[in-house]
Amino acid sequence: MSSSTPFQTNSKVIKWIEARLPIISTIDGALVSYPAPRNLNYWWNFGSLAGFMLVAQIVTGIILVMHYTPHVTLAFASVEHIMRDVNYGWLLRYAHANGASMFFVVVYIHILRGLYYGSYKAPRELLWWLGIVIFLLMMATAFMGYVLPWGQMSFWGATVITNLFGALPMIGGDIVTWLWGGFSVDNATLNRFFSLHYLLPFVICAVVFLHLWALHTTKSSNPLGIEIKGDQDTVPFHPYYTAKDAFGLSVFLMFFAYWVFFNPNALGHPDNYTEANPMVTPAHIVPEWYFLPFYAILRAVPDKLGGVIAMGGAIVILFFMPYLDFSKVRSAKFRPIYKQAFWLFVIDGLILGYVGAMPAEGIWIIIGRIASVYYFAHFIIIVPLISWFEKPLPVPESIAKAVLGDAAKA
Amino acid sequence: MSSFKLGAAALLALGLGAGVAQANEGAHIEKLDWSFNGAFGTFDRAALQRGYQVYKEVCASCHSMKYLSYRNLQDIGFSEAEVKALAAQYEVPALDEAGDPTTVKAKPSDRFHSPFPNEVAARAANGGALPPDLSLIAKARVGGPDYIHALLNGYHETPAGFALPDGKSYNTVFPGNAIGMPKPLSDDQVTYADGTKATVEQMSRDVATFLMWAAEPKLEDRKRAGVKVMGFLGLLTIFTFLTYRKVRRKVQGH
Repeated sequence: MSSSTPFQTNSKVIKWIEARLPIISTIDGALVSYPAPRNLNYWWNFGSLAGFMLVAQIVTGIILVMHYTPHVTLAFASVEHIMRDVNYGWLLRYAHANGASMFFVVVYIHILRGLYYGSYKAPRELLWWLGIVIFLLMMATAFMGYVLPWGQMSFWGATVITNLFGALPMIGGDIVTWLWGGFSVDNATLNRFFSLHYLLPFVICAVVFLHLWALHTTKSSNPLGIEIKGDQDTVPFHPYYTAKDAFGLSVFLMFFAYWVFFNPNALGHPDNYTEANPMVTPAHIVPEWYFLPFYAILRAVPDKLGGVIAMGGAIVILFFMPYLDFSKVRSAKFRPIYKQAFWLFVIDGLILGYVGAMPAEGIWIIIGRIASVYYFAHFIIIVPLISWFEKPLPVPESIAKAVLGDAAKA
Repeated sequence: MSSFKLGAAALLALGLGAGVAQANEGAHIEKLDWSFNGAFGTFDRAALQRGYQVYKEVCASCHSMKYLSYRNLQDIGFSEAEVKALAAQYEVPALDEAGDPTTVKAKPSDRFHSPFPNEVAARAANGGALPPDLSLIAKARVGGPDYIHALLNGYHETPAGFALPDGKSYNTVFPGNAIGMPKPLSDDQVTYADGTKATVEQMSRDVATFLMWAAEPKLEDRKRAGVKVMGFLGLLTIFTFLTYRKVRRKVQGH
């Protein structure tokens, strides 16, 4: 089947609009006739799933705000009001709280897919960087959202994380006071976190727009890691990938619904059902699961400032991936050694996540340090070295040839 | 490819599991087969009412339950008239016609009466320890209702060599083993209206059930909705898959 045809219309109304603002042809170009590689596998579903989660979080969040009160004496009770008295309030809150976890599940898989298939390589560096910016914004949004119910873990998590800025030399103390809006995490902190938690998702939307703009300029990468050479390599986004994304979304929604309806508190911490109390410190202050690998890296460094730098560096280093990996071949499918290094990296991330949930004592400190060193070694030593000496397997001539066989009119 | 999928499954399982994993400081907590467990779980109404009786006659002398109103008791099978009568046993602050402070009988919409006016009074009456509010206790402790049941059955002789501070009791389940709450339940402490024998085991199960309901009153609604949602999504998955298979055939030529 021939690929995408440009937008055409006989409607006078649409022609009138198009002559003034080509919005309909733009949407058509992005979601209907967009030429997508014909060989995308299911790992390419996670981009649209991330978009779905962003919208789901904004919709549930906006309704929750109609019932929530951002004040230290009322916040916790207002969340209970949502759970007990608001119609389907329990559904909204559980969908939003578990939705944050689902968003991170989807985005982590999306990022790992990019790492496996070399999606960060030229000409998609900006696309990759915008993705990391979205990831950073998500982390900030999720962190501030977790503070809003004003439970024990909200309060102490906020205290621990904001205190990290105190590690900065000279200005650290002043910065922390400025962030708090006072001399401890208190009402001023809760209010500004609420304000920013409402703002940042819309900033994310804007960056997602840029991310998609860059995507539609360079076109999607694909499991073979070779560029689109002509129409025979692509299929129009609609109906092919709209149908595939709808199927993927249905499966994903069942996974999401399992947590919301049958295990809604498993991903949270019981301490957050106790109202914040500045006089009582919880036995273990643990962040949400999606921050655990970075929390482990933070704690692996004995020096506070060093830990903060390492934790920040763990994300910043992703920006350099297009240059740390200079192999000519994109996809790990044709890179036998990089493929193994990728899976070791995934295992290392899981170990870091586990260590992050454990108390910082005994064997966990040693494992955490080894795993942290390996995390950075993967980017700084292993990936560049593999790009240097690895002999990639032969890459197919074209997507169409690989998918349809030699019969394709290439 | 299969290793890829396996890896992804492991990523989810471990990654999600790690967030929940935590050090359990207490003794072994037995997992009971609660009627509200599982996808089709519901609360045992008789156990809820017995549990409320235990709460009212025993726990409520020290523990508040400030997120519950008397009207909520209609959800566990009390009639409107019974709830009205229950509420009327308590006085709540109000203003009289002259604007002077007075008290009136509590209405069903009022919150559960708290045993102490404030935290200072609560601590003063309990040797410095604060009896926690019980509204959410079944969600605020690792193990939930299992923990509550184990804790109430966890009072034992202080072992030789254990330095028990003054005014504390020895409990094998409580973290640190020295608990501020004296053993609250003993056999036949309450007389159940339905004739059930009030053993410590029975009362602790009933009150744990009641506290789980108090912490998660929409549990039954949630699970019922969940079953329907899953059924709907199952069908949707079949239809979206069939749709996808059809366009894939057309577009990919195989």
